[in-house]
Amino acid sequence: MATSLEVDQLVQSERGLISRELFVNEDLFREELQKVFTRAWLFVGHESLIPNPNDFFSSRMGDESVILSRDETGQIHVFLNSCRHRGMKVCRYEQGNTSLFVCPYHSWSYKTDGRLLGVPMYKTLYEGTLNRADWSLIEVGKLVNYRGTIWATWDRNAPDFVDYLGGMKEHLDLALDCRDGRPGGSEVIGVQKWVLPANWKLGAENFLGDTYHNPSHRSVDLIGIGPSAGAGKRGRRDDQYKKATHVWVSFPAGHGVHSALQSDDNEYAESYLDHPQIEAYFRHCFEERKRRLGEKSRLLPAVGTVFPNASYLGLQPRGICVWHPNSAVSTEAWRFYLVDKDAPQEVKEFLRRYYMRYSGPGGMTEQDDIENWLYATAASSGTIARQYPFNYQQSLNVAKMNDPVPGEVSTQISEHIARAFYRRWASYLKDAPWDELLGKSGVKGHSAAV
Amino acid sequence: MSVANAQESVTAQWLLQQEIADFLYAEADLLDERHFREWLDLLAEDVSYFMPIRRNVKFGQQPELENTISGSGISWFDDDKWTLTKRVEQILTGVHYAEEPLSRVSHLISNVRIIRASPSAEGAQEVTAKSRFLVYQNRQEYETNIFAGKRIDVLRRAGMSWQITKREIVLDQNVLLAKNLTIFF
Repeated sequence: MATSLEVDQLVQSERGLISRELFVNEDLFREELQKVFTRAWLFVGHESLIPNPNDFFSSRMGDESVILSRDETGQIHVFLNSCRHRGMKVCRYEQGNTSLFVCPYHSWSYKTDGRLLGVPMYKTLYEGTLNRADWSLIEVGKLVNYRGTIWATWDRNAPDFVDYLGGMKEHLDLALDCRDGRPGGSEVIGVQKWVLPANWKLGAENFLGDTYHNPSHRSVDLIGIGPSAGAGKRGRRDDQYKKATHVWVSFPAGHGVHSALQSDDNEYAESYLDHPQIEAYFRHCFEERKRRLGEKSRLLPAVGTVFPNASYLGLQPRGICVWHPNSAVSTEAWRFYLVDKDAPQEVKEFLRRYYMRYSGPGGMTEQDDIENWLYATAASSGTIARQYPFNYQQSLNVAKMNDPVPGEVSTQISEHIARAFYRRWASYLKDAPWDELLGKSGVKGHSAAV
Repeated sequence: MSVANAQESVTAQWLLQQEIADFLYAEADLLDERHFREWLDLLAEDVSYFMPIRRNVKFGQQPELENTISGSGISWFDDDKWTLTKRVEQILTGVHYAEEPLSRVSHLISNVRIIRASPSAEGAQEVTAKSRFLVYQNRQEYETNIFAGKRIDVLRRAGMSWQITKREIVLDQNVLLAKNLTIFF
């Protein structure tokens, strides 16, 4: 176990120095699993994956398999996917509907609310010893259905999810809400899962507002793969933010976002030139959202990461990516693609094609990100390499509090979010109390440099 | 059918199978030799290039639920010719870092069988062929991927040669065990 002093040496966030050990060291990785992933709120799935009673979806929390299930009464649960008898996975299907999870090993069976129901030869072998009620599937400490997304933590003493989010909430909502401003209302149209040989934090950090990595995407920017590429436009995305003030915002619990504040006139920018129908739909959504939210509609999402490993792209291509830790140098990425449930069919069709050409392992944009993470990991594993920290000194002492939006804000590209992310990571490694994890007390150096 | 006619029909099947196999080998060679633009020329303007995601489903549900379907939801690829052309253009920029420097790739295509030929094997205008692929990819020094699976191709006669109008690539993996899919199948 790393001592407090060692953690402070690894994470010198005020100086903008983060040790490479965080990205390659297997001992630190074990420690993260124990101290970060057993306490922090983690993304598990989406209600649209389990719409009916007895529906389930196999998911992950940290390096462990969990089942997201909806019981007979419609209540949502998250359980460890492991039989209480000998640990066999009780569910080996990705998604479906079942009244029972039957363990293939000795046939102990569990209801979709987690209760142990069947124990073969119970009367002869267990009567008087085994109380079934004590051997339900292991359930998470807390869970929440937040605007359709399901999050859970193993820590019963964790703060409620909304308190955990703090000021991040407003930005996450931008990714989860309907394009016309109605709260929630999204659905998952597909999940991609793939393994990349890099540390999970490189993915999480990329979505913390690392806008600086734009040069990685030069190839797609040159050829144009965006929603107006067929009409001859270069670039990989739409043009909605061309008149906006970009904001990079850090929140005390370790979350961070890159969002955009539209100019005062808050006018729609043509973005879907390939398809007049799609253009008309998104223009309609934009105007409708403006009408519904008023001044608040000026804030629009780009990317963000909810500490520790749930990232979103809030504009198109819209979705949530979870960076599941496999080892210090291996990550299993799960990307959940989101659309408005009641969007017209032609909009969904357009979006799903855009999503696949942009994101995930077949996505022309994301491929170049993943290449970077792999070789950054590989080239940081050496004995000499590990002695030299990564540089996080970008825009040191630039961010201000609550200007022009709540949080620690920079209006230029900035690594203050990453610095705060690792500062918070260090608090978890030191077993800090929840007040400190939320940034409410005793965080050394918290306000000294942002 | 007379014996002679039956023999002619078997011969036509054989010839067609060999012709299609030769076409698929030559196509694979274009990819492995990195003649990407020439490879695009083998794809019909209305080509559908599709790689489903394979899911772990309960016995009996495989036909409906194991593979994602073309035309709905998310797969690994569900591309049209425009998108495939973009993928080629991206490689040819020289700054698509996930393919710069280029991967070394070999496509081993085998088990080629004609599933359907219309109107008939003799003078076929459209052919459905099934095959197996084993694709070896190596990049930089150590990064190596092996992709194995089935392909179902629909080919349309184009003069002396063929064009691919439909390709379904059924990769035998659930979680993708490669970091990227930067190559063509």
